[in-house]
Amino acid sequence: MALQDKYAELLQTATTLGVGNLASTEQAGVLHVSGTANSTADYDALWALYAKIDPNMASGDLMMNIDIKADAGAQLKVTTDSSNLNIRSTPSTEGEIVGKAAHDEIVTLVEKTDDSWWKIKTADGEEGYAFAQYLSPL
Amino acid sequence: MKLTKLLMVVVVSATMLFVSCKPKDADIKAAVEKALSADPSMSGTTVEVKDGVVTMGGECKDDACKAGCEKIAAGVKGVKSVVNNCTVAPPPPPPPASLSTTIDATKMQQVKDGLKDIAGVTVEFVGDKAVLKGEVTQANRMKIMQMLAAAKVLSDVSGLTDKK
Repeated sequence: MALQDKYAELLQTATTLGVGNLASTEQAGVLHVSGTANSTADYDALWALYAKIDPNMASGDLMMNIDIKADAGAQLKVTTDSSNLNIRSTPSTEGEIVGKAAHDEIVTLVEKTDDSWWKIKTADGEEGYAFAQYLSPL
Repeated sequence: MKLTKLLMVVVVSATMLFVSCKPKDADIKAAVEKALSADPSMSGTTVEVKDGVVTMGGECKDDACKAGCEKIAAGVKGVKSVVNNCTVAPPPPPPPASLSTTIDATKMQQVKDGLKDIAGVTVEFVGDKAVLKGEVTQANRMKIMQMLAAAKVLSDVSGLTDKK
């Protein structure tokens, strides 16, 4: 079965949700999907659908490179499990820790530096790089 | 008397000649459509003609097509002016960037950083894939997959088992 068919419901939902720049291409047994979801809720809905279509997401046949729309100045919620999020001087775990953001704290996006590091600013004025995985656009 | 008759004939035939010289709107429309049909990129455009004024509508694939179809229409005999209401289709989105992503030291570090807070999971890089092993909760499995997708790293997660 073609992967476009297997994930048809996901692609259809992404279209319905108005995912920006939605593109999908099948290559070497993997369906690559990219785009920008309008909200964290849309993003979560798409991932839930992925887990439903492919139990445990174990087939390794979908690369869902969807990010969430967030422009500079957007509010981000710190979504660590419970711990503080380190704010570093450079976009790397090698970077010196220049500040911390608490769990559930709201910070401001300065720039999306790369796939995994975003530059943020806290309400206290601490500015630096944090791991994007723990930041959810509001 | 004879001269008057002759004059009338001249006037009437001149009028007829003048009228027949002026193309009808329907003829202009056909001529414009024919001229546009030479370029397949203009197949989405529509043509309306009223009193020699051509109104272009429909969709063009790019700006060059929009400017081009206006020029072609303006060059058709009998066209007084062109109102260009063509819309330009937005460019198709670029193909997914993950298609051409390869695993390098930076990607490996990204994946390791992403797994830092998830205990009990190991990663090895085999070929173009991150091969993960260990026991995970459903929530952490989701986090891992999202992190790998954000890093555009292909994965083999068949070695991840559910934490009981």
